Amino acid sequence: MTTSGIRRSARLFASALALTPLIAEAGWDQLNLTRGVTPYSETVYDLHMMILWVCVVTGIGVFGAIFYSILKFRKSKGAVAAHWHENTLVEFLWTAVPAVILVVMAIPATKALVMMEDVSKSDMTIKVTGYQWRWRYDYIGEGIHMYSGLARTSDVARQLNSGIDPKSVENYLLEVDNELVLPVGRKIRFLTTASDVIHAWWVPALGWKRDAIPGYINESWALIKEPGVYRGQCAELCGKDHGFMPVVVRALPEAEYKVWVEKTKAEQAAKTAGLAQPATAAVAQAN
Amino acid sequence: MSQAATHHDTHHEAHHATGITRWLTTTNHKDIGTMYLVFSLIMFFIGGSMAMIIRLELFQPGLQFVNPQFFNSMTTMHALVMIFGAVMPAWTGFANWLVPLMIGAPDMALPRLNNWSFWILPFAFTLLLGTLFMPGGAPAGGWTMYPPLVLQTGEAFPFLIFAVHFMGASSIAGAINIIATVFNMRAPGMTLMKLPLFVWTWIITAFLLIASIPVLAGAVTMLLTDKFFGTSFFNAAGGGDPVMFQHIFWFFGHPEVYILILPAFGIASAIIPTFARKPLFGYSSMVYAAASIAFLSFIVWAHHMFTVGMPLAGELFFMYATVLIAVPTGVKVFNWVATMWQGSMTFETPMLFAIAFVVLFTIGGFSGLMLGVTPVDFQYHDTYFVVAHFHYVLVTGAVYALIAGTYFWLPKWTGHMYDEKLGKLHFWLSTISVNVLFFPQHFLGLAGMPRRIPDYAVQFADWNMVSSIGGFVFGASQLLFVWGIVKCARGGEKATAQVWEGAHGLEWTVPSPAPYHTFSEPPDASTIEGGMR
Amino acid sequence: MQRNVTQSANRRLVVQLLGVTALMFSFGYALVPLYNVFCEVTGLNGKTGQLTQAQADKLLPDKTREITVEFVTGVNAGLPWDFRPLQTKVVVNPGVVTLVSFEMTNRATINMIGQAIPSVAPQTAARYFSKTECFCFTQQPLAAGETKTVPVRFIIDPKLPKDVDRVTLSYTFFEAPQTAQQESNIAGGAPNT
Repeated sequence: MTTSGIRRSARLFASALALTPLIAEAGWDQLNLTRGVTPYSETVYDLHMMILWVCVVTGIGVFGAIFYSILKFRKSKGAVAAHWHENTLVEFLWTAVPAVILVVMAIPATKALVMMEDVSKSDMTIKVTGYQWRWRYDYIGEGIHMYSGLARTSDVARQLNSGIDPKSVENYLLEVDNELVLPVGRKIRFLTTASDVIHAWWVPALGWKRDAIPGYINESWALIKEPGVYRGQCAELCGKDHGFMPVVVRALPEAEYKVWVEKTKAEQAAKTAGLAQPATAAVAQAN
Repeated sequence: MSQAATHHDTHHEAHHATGITRWLTTTNHKDIGTMYLVFSLIMFFIGGSMAMIIRLELFQPGLQFVNPQFFNSMTTMHALVMIFGAVMPAWTGFANWLVPLMIGAPDMALPRLNNWSFWILPFAFTLLLGTLFMPGGAPAGGWTMYPPLVLQTGEAFPFLIFAVHFMGASSIAGAINIIATVFNMRAPGMTLMKLPLFVWTWIITAFLLIASIPVLAGAVTMLLTDKFFGTSFFNAAGGGDPVMFQHIFWFFGHPEVYILILPAFGIASAIIPTFARKPLFGYSSMVYAAASIAFLSFIVWAHHMFTVGMPLAGELFFMYATVLIAVPTGVKVFNWVATMWQGSMTFETPMLFAIAFVVLFTIGGFSGLMLGVTPVDFQYHDTYFVVAHFHYVLVTGAVYALIAGTYFWLPKWTGHMYDEKLGKLHFWLSTISVNVLFFPQHFLGLAGMPRRIPDYAVQFADWNMVSSIGGFVFGASQLLFVWGIVKCARGGEKATAQVWEGAHGLEWTVPSPAPYHTFSEPPDASTIEGGMR
Repeated sequence: MQRNVTQSANRRLVVQLLGVTALMFSFGYALVPLYNVFCEVTGLNGKTGQLTQAQADKLLPDKTREITVEFVTGVNAGLPWDFRPLQTKVVVNPGVVTLVSFEMTNRATINMIGQAIPSVAPQTAARYFSKTECFCFTQQPLAAGETKTVPVRFIIDPKLPKDVDRVTLSYTFFEAPQTAQQESNIAGGAPNT
């Protein structure tokens, strides 16, 4: 079986399932890994499907043999036990064949890893800092920064015995006050770090998560191919409200992104000025 | 030689102490084995109750029962209690009961050390469980105790550290005892390559314990001095690095995983040939596979922390070493299947649990392989996919082997057959519910649900509810297990010495129940085919 | 007699196994220096190259290569300081010593001591990145309300791997461990804006 063959059959299987009326497309999303919207996430998805199929095929073989034995070699059916307990050829084969399969699997895995670790030739840098319990985003070189925490609606609903049905809250626990706005089509470099304890920044659609460690920066990258809103969460236990620090990425087309940057810059400059000077002066400056 | 054993029993100053003193002062391997097993069963239910609280809170989105801090305490304590309180003492209990019987020894090599190593445990767990009632609550930073988060633990912190120290001391003492017993106390003719696989896997486990637990002790000691004595092992401001804790912890932690599962391999290798009425396939390859798994366990630790940011070469090395473990593990599974092939099988409760162990442990092995591949682990890491994985290998792996072993040797321990109908009911209820409990967690993880969260987005609601229902049924089913054990201890059909038609080995040559003193005169093991049969 | 033989064998084995236990406990501690060596080789956890000024002077500038060096700063929870680079990035040639500056302000009402922790991304670049002068070499005391500008002099080794075109130097200010105890009463935790 070749990688592409497996990949093709995996896609076929996936689309066949998606067509099945019983499992609507939304259902499939709840069963499997997302394909994501970056070159890396797609690579990871294909790799995931390949290993999954290797496991499924091996499983069918092993479990098939077990269930065949259970049905066929039972004493109640008059089966008489054989006495053999060794076979060099068979033992050699079931050591060597899995080893070869693993080597074959390791090749695309190595390629994917090399791809992930190549952060050169990036177009922009975002610094992500984890706090107990929210995120800070710094647009390096743009002078924009923001804190991003759980949206108010979710925060009210998630209190113990709040009496609010989570199903009535839009994007319950996956909505923030300030979204991380990013352009599509640019290679974005992420620097993750933290201010107190270890967190992990994760958006499944980007294909990876990376730990945010106080004092140290970690580097990763993403190139978002399609505009949209992509949601994720903190993925490293960081204390009481670990479950309540979501990540929301809004990917905009380049032109819209530029407009957003200018607008936000102006807003933040006005705010900074407002803090330093009398309010009237701040208004004058913003204009 | 069973004659020799019974003969001696009647003469010996058998039960010189009675009541609680007997249990406090006993140095008899069977008494201590029983205490270990009862202790671990109690811990299994304490840890299980915590799991029930977790599944109850996760039954539906929103917080209905507990606050997030308490929820985190539950996940932390559940892991510590199950790993150090339930599974590890249970294996030591099995070893206490069975290793001397299997190798033809009168007792453990170091009976007094044996007594101490058990009695440390209730003390350790009083310290640990006592934190639940402290202001600030029980530890909530995860059983992995990662700094800086764990340093935010309140008054419970030193109790956590000392509890871990005591548990470790108990395990090391137990391991030393088992090694000394097997090395020095074997009956004449019981050569190493005749040892039953349970003894072999325990020897390997004992060496893993001695090599890895002290490293954990070092790591938690560093945490303690960082918190109270101004050292900066894990504090970046003082030149330390919090990630270094993870390296040291997992240098212990990965061998620990095999400490929990290797004796299970030994149990499966005892039960499957018995009920297939066919010798174990590939005895020596089983020994070598267990040894290579143990060796590899020391060079794969960083696969627990792929996302901390490692050099490419490191990520590649740990990925290759990790997936390599699939080879010896595969050999074991194939050997069990080959043992069943062309056998003459019957399906008593121990066999049912053993077969379920092989199937479900293999599923856990598959997800383990997937997790070992670094680039995809960047997606799987710290999600419910991981939770599903380690519960398949620990619950349907280690715990299933423990249950199988209990049913298998219960007649030898009590002298009575257990209630087969009740056993089968326990099996089917457990096996169906455990899959309802853990299989959907694969879906949750892949769909993006992080682990260790008390509340979740509504798209995860359906599978969480299914999983919780499975959890409640699985939890309740274990009451049948206790009932079956109590019933068997109190009475039932008399068990013969051999108990099972296909059973071989020295422990089946002594009467059931096994007399208080066995093999005071060493048996002649040269006629026994041992693990080879 | 057999029993005595076994007992002395047991004693010997126990001593040996306890020796292994002690050895592995020390090994846990030995992992600390081992980890530091590992970090120096791989550039993990901010272990940068350690060229002195004299060694740096001997490096030949490579005018054909331009490397973008970015500066990012952070302040750990509990230290109410402002801390920012006075230039967000510079473009440098490998082998040329470059001077950059950072500004830090103590917003607390008491005197405090900070310690800056460096970190370099990508890790592969760290060992080729040397600071010949840095405020992170020593603890930095700041009086209440004081603002100070501090320099960093760095040089990139021309042997820097070819695929690296951008290097990030990060500094995080932590409260110096020695003073942390005394000042634990300060309302901290609120991140700086």
